[in-house]
Amino acid sequence: MLSIKNLHASIGGKEILKGINLEIKAGEVHAIMGPNGSGKSTLSAVLAGKEDYDVTEGEVIFNGKNLLELSPEDRAREGIFLAFQYPVEIPGVSNVNFLKTAINEIRAYKGLEPMAAKDFLARLKEKQKLVELDGKLANRSVNEGFSGGEKKRNEIFQMAMLEPKLAILDETDSGLDIDALRIVADGVNKLKSNDNATVVITHYQRLLDYIIPDVVHVLYNGKIVKTGPKELALELEEKGYDFIKAEAAV
Amino acid sequence: MANEILSEKINEEYKYGFVTNIEADNAPKGLNEDIIRFISKKKNEPEWMLEYRLKAFRYWITLEEPHWAHVSYQKPDFHDIIYYSAPKPKVSLNSLDEVDPELLKTFEKLGISIEEQKRLSGVESRIAVDIVMDSVSVKTTFKETLSEKGIIFCSFGEAVQEHPELVKKYMNSVVPYTDNFYAALNSAVFTDGSFCYIPKGVRCPMELSTYFRINSAGTGQFERTLLIADEDSYVSYLEGCTAPMRDENQLHAAVVELVAHKNAEIKYSTVQNWYPGNKEGIGGIFNFVTKRGICLEDNSKISWTQVETGSAVTWKYPSVILKGDNSVGEFYSVAVTNNYQQADTGTKMMHLGKNTRSTIISKGISAGFSNNSYRGLVRIAKGAKNARNFSQCDSLLMGDKCGAHTFPYIEIKDKTAVVEHEATTSKIGEDQLFYCKSRGIDNEKAIGLIVNGYCKEVLNKLPMEFAVEAQKLLAVSLEGSVG
Ligand SMILES: Nc1ncnc2c1ncn2[C@@H]1O[C@H](COP(=O)(O)OP(=O)(O)OP(=O)(O)O)[C@@H](O)[C@H]1O
Ligand SMILES: [Mg+2]
Repeated sequence: MLSIKNLHASIGGKEILKGINLEIKAGEVHAIMGPNGSGKSTLSAVLAGKEDYDVTEGEVIFNGKNLLELSPEDRAREGIFLAFQYPVEIPGVSNVNFLKTAINEIRAYKGLEPMAAKDFLARLKEKQKLVELDGKLANRSVNEGFSGGEKKRNEIFQMAMLEPKLAILDETDSGLDIDALRIVADGVNKLKSNDNATVVITHYQRLLDYIIPDVVHVLYNGKIVKTGPKELALELEEKGYDFIKAEAAV
Repeated sequence: MANEILSEKINEEYKYGFVTNIEADNAPKGLNEDIIRFISKKKNEPEWMLEYRLKAFRYWITLEEPHWAHVSYQKPDFHDIIYYSAPKPKVSLNSLDEVDPELLKTFEKLGISIEEQKRLSGVESRIAVDIVMDSVSVKTTFKETLSEKGIIFCSFGEAVQEHPELVKKYMNSVVPYTDNFYAALNSAVFTDGSFCYIPKGVRCPMELSTYFRINSAGTGQFERTLLIADEDSYVSYLEGCTAPMRDENQLHAAVVELVAHKNAEIKYSTVQNWYPGNKEGIGGIFNFVTKRGICLEDNSKISWTQVETGSAVTWKYPSVILKGDNSVGEFYSVAVTNNYQQADTGTKMMHLGKNTRSTIISKGISAGFSNNSYRGLVRIAKGAKNARNFSQCDSLLMGDKCGAHTFPYIEIKDKTAVVEHEATTSKIGEDQLFYCKSRGIDNEKAIGLIVNGYCKEVLNKLPMEFAVEAQKLLAVSLEGSVG
């Protein structure tokens, strides 16, 4: 589904990603861990198409398409979804209106008619239930005045509504209370299928108790320095990143 | 990125920039007492009206054209303007069949098919339209339906003939000809406009609407609107404006007077989309308008709602005089400027009565090389006990070549007053745009969403039919303004 080869990216002349290689197949869950500032959010932003970054080398193929040639909106329409580490507030624009616009834009790209109001409402109800999102939040302005945890949950709600092929969750677990964590993880698991894939970026093993990854990668200093089974996350939790850093330094 | 944006903008066209080929019946260019007599005669006016015009003219020639710090433009040559231009098939038409087909086509292009309005006449939400093209009111729809309720809605010229007592009583009572340079000029040369009177206890059952269009080359449009809501009445009034593309500037200097009697409420909404000039700042309408309402008696209310996207230069301050006790004044405004447009707009709230309240919500959006100023005055007179004002002025900048300025003036002569002022300036966030894009929404749609969200409090105040139009207009006028 997604194939990243030797990806280099920089911002303001500073190289952040220094040769990333990653293969993700449909149906898989990948976890990416790594110390602060190692480039996890940068990788997600580059995949989502944030223009501030310059890709200086490498290629990214998504379902047979050269992802790097697509505009951010076309990437989303092709099925990439990024749950932001810091979701953005859009005052005055209701969540519902925002999602309706997004869904219809994605449909238009695929040559489909706008979604019938009744179908949209049905989906809204269903997904709201799935992530146990307070109905009031759905009608409020996008993320405006939401608590940290509410914002994160809203990201998962949007993901559920848009039904992406590849979802990248950038620290969606941080700021969530225990119950919310379980609900969000449940949501992600329920949305999992054989044709979609999930990348979970996290600092905590805890989330991976709920969302069981097929593979765990460690990103350090702009490179994936270690890849292993889900047990790798446990090892990291126990030992910290020092042993990885030491290995990488060799 | 900014350059791409500008080059995109270059390819855009002003959608309403067509010229209608209708024979016009023009006055000679220029301005003197003879021209004024010519206009008055053309309109078959009574002596008192001619006298009023001449008085205003004689006052006007003693004035100097004002100058404002944040607006600069080539001053119009007042002797190079045609002050009267009537589309030839004349005013007194009874059915649509008598209207020049070219004119009907114009209305269709404007998106206001009168045919449609006629068909809609059985439906609850209806709009009665008075169309003022260049200087003359062409057609007022729904007249009979309205007159059953005793509502008078007609062209100003017709009101002078049919209801001289009302015109005499109220005209000049809110905006005297001595008020300012443009009000004096308008009083001397105004050619038509709309007149509306809502009798005691009547809730006007439909939106009343006037569409203004400047068509002929080199003409000025000087219309007058006079709207009176008698005791316990209610009216919602809409005003829409368009003009064709021309490379010379055209002058629009209107006067609008509103009078609200006891317990009456007037809602006055404007969607102003005069031709703004091209992307180099050539052409466009100079829009110098004096709009004022008076809450004459107790418990009356006047609300101004405006969405301003057009004109090369806009100078306007819809104001409310809160004379009656417990009266309420509101001003909700969205002003968008792009390319080389300049807008200096705002409001004045004059609190005279006790327990009077006013609210000002102003949203300025600047893009391109434009300049957008908010200028507002809140005056609490001595004896205006417990007056309250809340003002919020927000500016949104798109790009870094435009400007936004806020000039709030507050004069408080009564200690019991409570006046609150809030102001913010923000840039349209790259983060917000990227967030939208990452959900599959493209740049233009994203800007539309964000801007409409930003203006929501104001757009919510517009009647449904207008709100949709206004949203589209906002998106169109900002197209390509952020990368
Ligand atoms: N605009 C920028 N200019 C310069 N450096 C930047 C910029 N944006 C990000 N960086 C740097 O890039 C590096 C990677 O940042 P990134 O946000 O990808 O880290 P992360 O792995 O997501 O960290 P965290 O775990 O704290 O979320 C950091 O050192 C950061 O300071
Ligand atoms: Mg991060």
